[in-house]
Amino acid sequence: MSKPKVAFYWCASCGGCEETVVDLAEDILGVVEKVDICLWPVAMDFKYKDIEAMADKSIVATLLNGAIRTSEQEELAVLLRRKSQYLIAYGACAQLGGIPALANQFPREQILRFNYEECPALDNPGKVRPQVSLQDNGRNPHLPEFRNVVRTLDQVVDVDYYIPGCPPTPALTRAAFDALLSGNLPPKGSVIAPDVALCDECDRKATKPTNVAFTEFVRPHQKLADPELCFLAQGMVCMGPATRSGCGAACTSGNMPCTGCFGPTSRVRDQGAKILSSLCANIEAKDEAGINETLRGIPDPVGTFYRYGLAKSLLRRRVDLNMTGGGH
Amino acid sequence: MSKEWKPRLVAFFCNWCTYTAADLAGVSRLKYAPNVRVIRLMCSGRIDPQFILEALTKGADGVLIGGCHPNDCHYVEGNYKMLRRFQLLKRMLGDMGIEPERVRLEWISAAEGEKVRRVVNEMTEQIANLGPLGMPGRFAEWDREVESLAAQIEAREGGGCGCGSSGAETAEKEVAHV
Repeated sequence: MSKPKVAFYWCASCGGCEETVVDLAEDILGVVEKVDICLWPVAMDFKYKDIEAMADKSIVATLLNGAIRTSEQEELAVLLRRKSQYLIAYGACAQLGGIPALANQFPREQILRFNYEECPALDNPGKVRPQVSLQDNGRNPHLPEFRNVVRTLDQVVDVDYYIPGCPPTPALTRAAFDALLSGNLPPKGSVIAPDVALCDECDRKATKPTNVAFTEFVRPHQKLADPELCFLAQGMVCMGPATRSGCGAACTSGNMPCTGCFGPTSRVRDQGAKILSSLCANIEAKDEAGINETLRGIPDPVGTFYRYGLAKSLLRRRVDLNMTGGGH
Repeated sequence: MSKEWKPRLVAFFCNWCTYTAADLAGVSRLKYAPNVRVIRLMCSGRIDPQFILEALTKGADGVLIGGCHPNDCHYVEGNYKMLRRFQLLKRMLGDMGIEPERVRLEWISAAEGEKVRRVVNEMTEQIANLGPLGMPGRFAEWDREVESLAAQIEAREGGGCGCGSSGAETAEKEVAHV
């Protein structure tokens, strides 16, 4: 009997999610024993046309990481959706947009201009930009187009499960494989991680004050943090209260506040609005001037509260940006 | 947008002061702009910023928040919580390209029916000058670039390898699928 097929694919991502698969270490042998990997661009040589030739739904599960930014990524997402029984958004970028989705604050033209014309480290005197199609010896190859909007995987195709994290942990990945291979799957649309806030597994939980009264907000580079005291009690923005647990409190045990990569729990629609609500409500000042003085410590609320979740937030993108047509 | 666009405001009023004031405006037969949909909550401190964002994304052109004057909150602290959230939310909405005038916070006591009338009228006029926010339309426009992919794939699968299909052909296909 042939082994079930599994695919890994990456879109707009940094490669960290692939690293987690490698971080399964010896456990990857157990996975490979039970499944056949049929696509894994970062590590193995398979061609897209081999995938196209497969029967629909013949891949048991595809773990896709990265946000969707180009037409090629969209196309592969559509193809892998068609060929897979389960499509799993793997990691913060595929689930929420991740770091690449912070680009939703800027027009595409500004990004292209900076990266191909204005970046000081660039050597591109002809100001050549990538083209979506060109003539080359009678051939007319097409290249991917850079879309105006960065999207989550589920804004492009139907997604069955989500594995959160930037990157997801090997433990969550292993749990997901176990669930897949045993057929013991949660309801469709589930995020495969505990559905409680990070504070629940944070070692500092006992020191979380019942009454926080912020008089200032400080950022991690401005202060040497106490390694045991709750970050909120130290006036540091910690996304923990608005973030799903499951990472083993990796950052807070490394003396860095949570930045929110696991996204919200199932009860929260918009992670940024929720942490804004919680932090602001607990400011000590009662007058506008005093409140704004305290809030000076949060100079970039979008980048702080939506660091991984802008594409999936209620607003999704800076609303006054236009859409420009095809081509770059 | 069509000519008959009129501002659509969502108002979150607290039960103890501003909603009672709106009631007073009603029984006093004060006339004010009919563009506002009032939602009553127990306290302005109950207004989750998610409610405001959701109202805007679902088609509101502006959001008005009404609470008790400072020191008058039925729950002692709720209006201060709203004031603090409002300060940062306003800045964040600005960073996301939404004009600050679209979200307004006012303290209106139960006796100030006249103030409800004035604020609703003022805000309606202000939003009428700003024009529609039109988030649902924007979302639909943003997503059109993904929909065009489906048309492209269909065009390609209909037409063999796809290497030869030019942009113009795709555009025609898209029109054909509307």
